[in-house]
Amino acid sequence: MSTLEIRDLHVSVETKEGPKPILRGVDLTINSGEVHAIMGPNGSGKSTLAYSIAGHPKYQVTGGSITFDGQDVLAMTVDERARAGVFLAMQYPVEVPGVSVSNFLRTAKTAIDGEAPPLRHWVKDVKSAMQGLRMDDSFAARSVNEGFSGGEKKRHEILQMELLRPKFAVLDETDSGLDVDALRIVSEGVNRVHESTDAGILLITHYTRILRYITPDFVHVFVDGKVAEEGGPELADRLESEGYDRFLPGAVESASAASA
Amino acid sequence: MTTTTTPEETGAPAGGLTTDHSRAQADGAHSHGVVPQGSRAERLTSFDLADIPVPTGREEEWRFSPVARIAPLFEDRLVGQSGGGDVRVTVVEAPEVSVEIVGRDDERLGTAGKPGDRTAVTAWNGFEQATVVTVPREAVASDVTSVRVEGSGDTPTASHVLVRAERHSEAVVVLDHLGSATLTETVEIVVEDGAHLTVVSVQDWADGAVHTSSHRARIGRDARLKHVVVTLGGDVVRITPDAEFTAEGGEVEMVGLYFADANQHQEHRLFVDHAVPRCKSRVTYKGALQGEGAHTVWVGDVLIQAEAEGTDTYELNRNLVLTDGARADSVPNLEIETGEIEGAGHASATGRFDDEQLFYLQARGIPEIEARRLVVRGFFAELIADIGVESVEERLLEAIERELNKSMSAIEGGGATDAEGVA
Ligand SMILES: Nc1ncnc2c1ncn2[C@@H]1O[C@H](COP(=O)(O)OP(=O)(O)O)[C@@H](O)[C@H]1O
Ligand SMILES: [Mg+2]
Repeated sequence: MSTLEIRDLHVSVETKEGPKPILRGVDLTINSGEVHAIMGPNGSGKSTLAYSIAGHPKYQVTGGSITFDGQDVLAMTVDERARAGVFLAMQYPVEVPGVSVSNFLRTAKTAIDGEAPPLRHWVKDVKSAMQGLRMDDSFAARSVNEGFSGGEKKRHEILQMELLRPKFAVLDETDSGLDVDALRIVSEGVNRVHESTDAGILLITHYTRILRYITPDFVHVFVDGKVAEEGGPELADRLESEGYDRFLPGAVESASAASA
Repeated sequence: MTTTTTPEETGAPAGGLTTDHSRAQADGAHSHGVVPQGSRAERLTSFDLADIPVPTGREEEWRFSPVARIAPLFEDRLVGQSGGGDVRVTVVEAPEVSVEIVGRDDERLGTAGKPGDRTAVTAWNGFEQATVVTVPREAVASDVTSVRVEGSGDTPTASHVLVRAERHSEAVVVLDHLGSATLTETVEIVVEDGAHLTVVSVQDWADGAVHTSSHRARIGRDARLKHVVVTLGGDVVRITPDAEFTAEGGEVEMVGLYFADANQHQEHRLFVDHAVPRCKSRVTYKGALQGEGAHTVWVGDVLIQAEAEGTDTYELNRNLVLTDGARADSVPNLEIETGEIEGAGHASATGRFDDEQLFYLQARGIPEIEARRLVVRGFFAELIADIGVESVEERLLEAIERELNKSMSAIEGGGATDAEGVA
């Protein structure tokens, strides 16, 4: 059983005009096996939270803490965090020309496990994970994310999650830009990993659509760099019918009243 | 009609001219040249020393070069490789291939164009004996022919190599430059009708070497030349490959890979002369730079003459700047004198090491050093696979590994710009 704890997290992003505060005191606790959905309007800081957990150098933590089973995550390098079991499925996966998917996956798996996976098993695992995500065999030979469609990039992210088997995964708008079929396939992939590894999952989304396939245990509404309201799956249903309007400027009072 | 494409002018005349400047970045490490003085066709070429004076450094073809460091090779009187010079040429040839050492008066010499700059003309006038490698008519070489050019001092020396692929022959010739030298060299390449020749020139000199080389290739009817340049070692290396088509149906593929460290100057100036119709040229040069004072120059001149209808040409140069303090100059230059072409284009891009790629790989558990390796290997991967000579490919992968180890130790030592650390 693992726990990721985020306490009073403050984060600024580097801009040309200097550091710009984005996260303003985020508190979250996620245990193994739990699925937490973070929902919020564009620009509310969801990706900033995801990147801060993964350790992107552009984001400066100015206050608060992130711990993983008591270890100080903020003191770790990006790759140390990944090796500790933290995974981020990115909203905009990066192209790495000339590095094949198969080489990349194997290098990552070797780094995470601390030893090369036994070849025969590995080849089989990759094949079946790709089949599960309806990815053609030819993907293995292509350069990482290069020329992939939006949907292919997202499948490739979940493929990595299946193969690397993290203890804790942040999925940043993995549902955006997917058609219904792809959304179902990707969601099934996430559910497979969740069931077989008991990973804790932080599912970041703008829409409620994906929550029909992946049932959250908790829903957090994220507004202006912090959690504005928390609840169970029923909160997602409310957002579905009401939208984010009541959390936006001008509706501040009703929002705080609701969370009180 | 003459069209010179530079960033200022990227017009697309009829015939499918494509120019791609979209990927060029003006980040200080990249610069396009001013419009060259006149047409490349008007550049003087001559065998006569008196016609091509010692450059000042302000000339178009010398403006990026450290002329003071090259100056010993500008002198009228150099020694030939066998007349007290510090350079030895040895050849291990395939059984089907013949090798001769000939005097200056051999009439096969000097047939692949004339010298076009000062070091080319001093090379021509300075050599005493030339090495002639001949692939006989219709012979298919069963093995690589290896020409080893080894230096053992810094006496300014001139040398001459001629590679001839006779009609319908096929061969791979690898020139290897090693040791210490101050050398100006001519490599003549004659590809007769229907022949398929690959020439690879590897510059893997020791520190301190100064090397200029004029490669002059003539490509006959339906002949194919793959010309590969790999520059790794030496203080100053300046290679000027010229390729001229003499009959229809010729093809040239020019591939280059370079890796410059602190204070190294590596310059590659290409000229492809489409003088006849329906020939094809492809130029792909890629370089990586690291360390204070690392400087690379790539100039790609392509001339499509008025008679050269149906020409198909594309040239590309990409540079990857791994650390601060390094500078890559990249100047594609396409002159088109006919609208009746198949296709013509160029692309040039110089980019810094991409931190987003690094983040992505690290976020999958891959340590920074290994992530950098993956990215740099990836940058060169396709080009290396294109070379098609296995022994060269293996050597290149090893050489890149070696180069990377230098920069990695600099990064690990905490200072990517530490010139001493990567020298
Ligand atoms: N590199 C950056 N430079 C300037 N502003 C940024 C940068 N990255 C993010 N921001 C700003 O931070 C805020 C939060 O962005 P983000 O975390 O991407 O939000 P979300 O993922 O919720 O849409 C936005 O206002 C965005 O414009
Ligand atoms: Mg986002």
